[in-house]
Amino acid sequence: MTTSRKRFTAPQRLLHWLMAICILSMLFIGVGMVSTITPKYLTLVQIHKPLGIAILVLALIRLVLRIVYGAPALPADLPEPIKLAANLSQYIFYALMIGMPLIGWGMLSAASYPVVLFGSVHLPPILPVSPGLHTLLWRAHYCLAFAFFVFILMHVGAILFHKLVRNDGVFEAMAPVLTRDQPK
Amino acid sequence: MPESPSSPESFPIKRLLIIAAVVAVAAVAFAYTAGWLSPHRLTPEKLVASLAPPGGPALGHRRNHAKGICFTGTFEANGDGSALSRAPVFVRGQYPVVGRFNLGSPVPNVADAMVRVRGIGISIKTPDGQEWRSAMINAPIFPVSTPQDFYELQTSAGSKDPDAMKRFIAAHPGFTTFLGWAKGAPWTGSFAEESYNSLDSFLFVDGAGTEHPIRWSLVPVAPPVSISPDELAKRGPDFLEEEITQRVAASPQRWSLVVTVANPGDPTADPNKAWPADRRTVNVGTLLVQQIEPERDGPCREINFDPTVLPAGITTSDDPFPAARSAAYSRSYNSRTAEESNYPHTATGASQ
Repeated sequence: MTTSRKRFTAPQRLLHWLMAICILSMLFIGVGMVSTITPKYLTLVQIHKPLGIAILVLALIRLVLRIVYGAPALPADLPEPIKLAANLSQYIFYALMIGMPLIGWGMLSAASYPVVLFGSVHLPPILPVSPGLHTLLWRAHYCLAFAFFVFILMHVGAILFHKLVRNDGVFEAMAPVLTRDQPK
Repeated sequence: MPESPSSPESFPIKRLLIIAAVVAVAAVAFAYTAGWLSPHRLTPEKLVASLAPPGGPALGHRRNHAKGICFTGTFEANGDGSALSRAPVFVRGQYPVVGRFNLGSPVPNVADAMVRVRGIGISIKTPDGQEWRSAMINAPIFPVSTPQDFYELQTSAGSKDPDAMKRFIAAHPGFTTFLGWAKGAPWTGSFAEESYNSLDSFLFVDGAGTEHPIRWSLVPVAPPVSISPDELAKRGPDFLEEEITQRVAASPQRWSLVVTVANPGDPTADPNKAWPADRRTVNVGTLLVQQIEPERDGPCREINFDPTVLPAGITTSDDPFPAARSAAYSRSYNSRTAEESNYPHTATGASQ
């Protein structure tokens, strides 16, 4: 699924950076809201739910773009284990971007909570009410959130390594500058 | 990490340090947000832990108001609430209710006569899928003014230091108002004869977008009959549950849902402060309790009566308690549902 382009298409880059902001916010909101009983708690929860659904929608769009447009090839001189890790990380990120909102939605459904997005706009339950399911999904949501953050830290470390140490064009492939793509 | 083949530099230690610094700063910010660097932050975990009786919490049960019995019924809106709130639940009509009568104690097998605070949780659903949940108690005011004070009350009450409560009361004079009610108000022999109060203030938002600070109460149609605590202590440990079961089987029990509208300047942020008795009230409908079911396999069991589950047209106010209650109830719910095996459904109920 590689392309001859050296860079991701502009919509892909836009989605990447938009989602980077959304997902980082989401992780900080999530970990912050479960640690407080102040009125901030409600504000954060009220952002967390619609933002999660927004991330789900954006991730699905992004997956379609990824399948349609593919991704630029990694530098040929990159060692095989690093290439493997880079490719694997993409699967992990897509799984988390799509999985986390679904787990959250399912978790609320299994706990009989209404999934209110804003005002009277709410989503239907996607699972039956079940303490067992709720516990499983709640734990998954919690643990995967930390895993997600660790993967993001690794991702940031890796991309900075590409840029600052190797300067091999991997960062530029997703860089947030609006330049026209030059085919090889 | 492989050394860069394209870089003329030797080992790029400075750049690697920059990368490490970026990652470290992000990790520390995350840890700070999570409260790991703030041991004094009052977390839901701490607040809920402070409720536990000396032997630890009753696993599988709500961490407070642990003893309860489910009911189903109907809310009959008379339409008069629509002037204050655009929530569909106030449009004249009948809406299904799932609820729970309960006792304000963390001990699920506590004797009914021992508990001063009696409560009710309700969930009302409207056909558009919106839901209103409320958890109310029979006290006319809350014991304290802030969630932090509530935490201090719990830790003082659970303290081995005999002077802890004295110190707490001296520092929180508002608590004596609550004690006055607890010691002086008459007791009744039935959940059906109690008034239940939201205590917390919320905002009703009308069709024009105007916000009305309000509180609400369920006022029983059944006349309260005062019974002395000594007399109640002679009854069985579950007399309240037995009485309400028989009473509702004989005929549905009713409460008026009465909304009290604040005047400007009334203390909306402090549920320890009553509003003057002359405030405007609006009777917005009737709660009918039609069927009682034991909690173990009952329809209220998996419901968290989180007071911030509100339809559009009702929002939280500057009262800090609904947020704190929501955070704590969520914690309690997560714990008890994970401990389901300690409070198993019965064989007959498992098939539902």
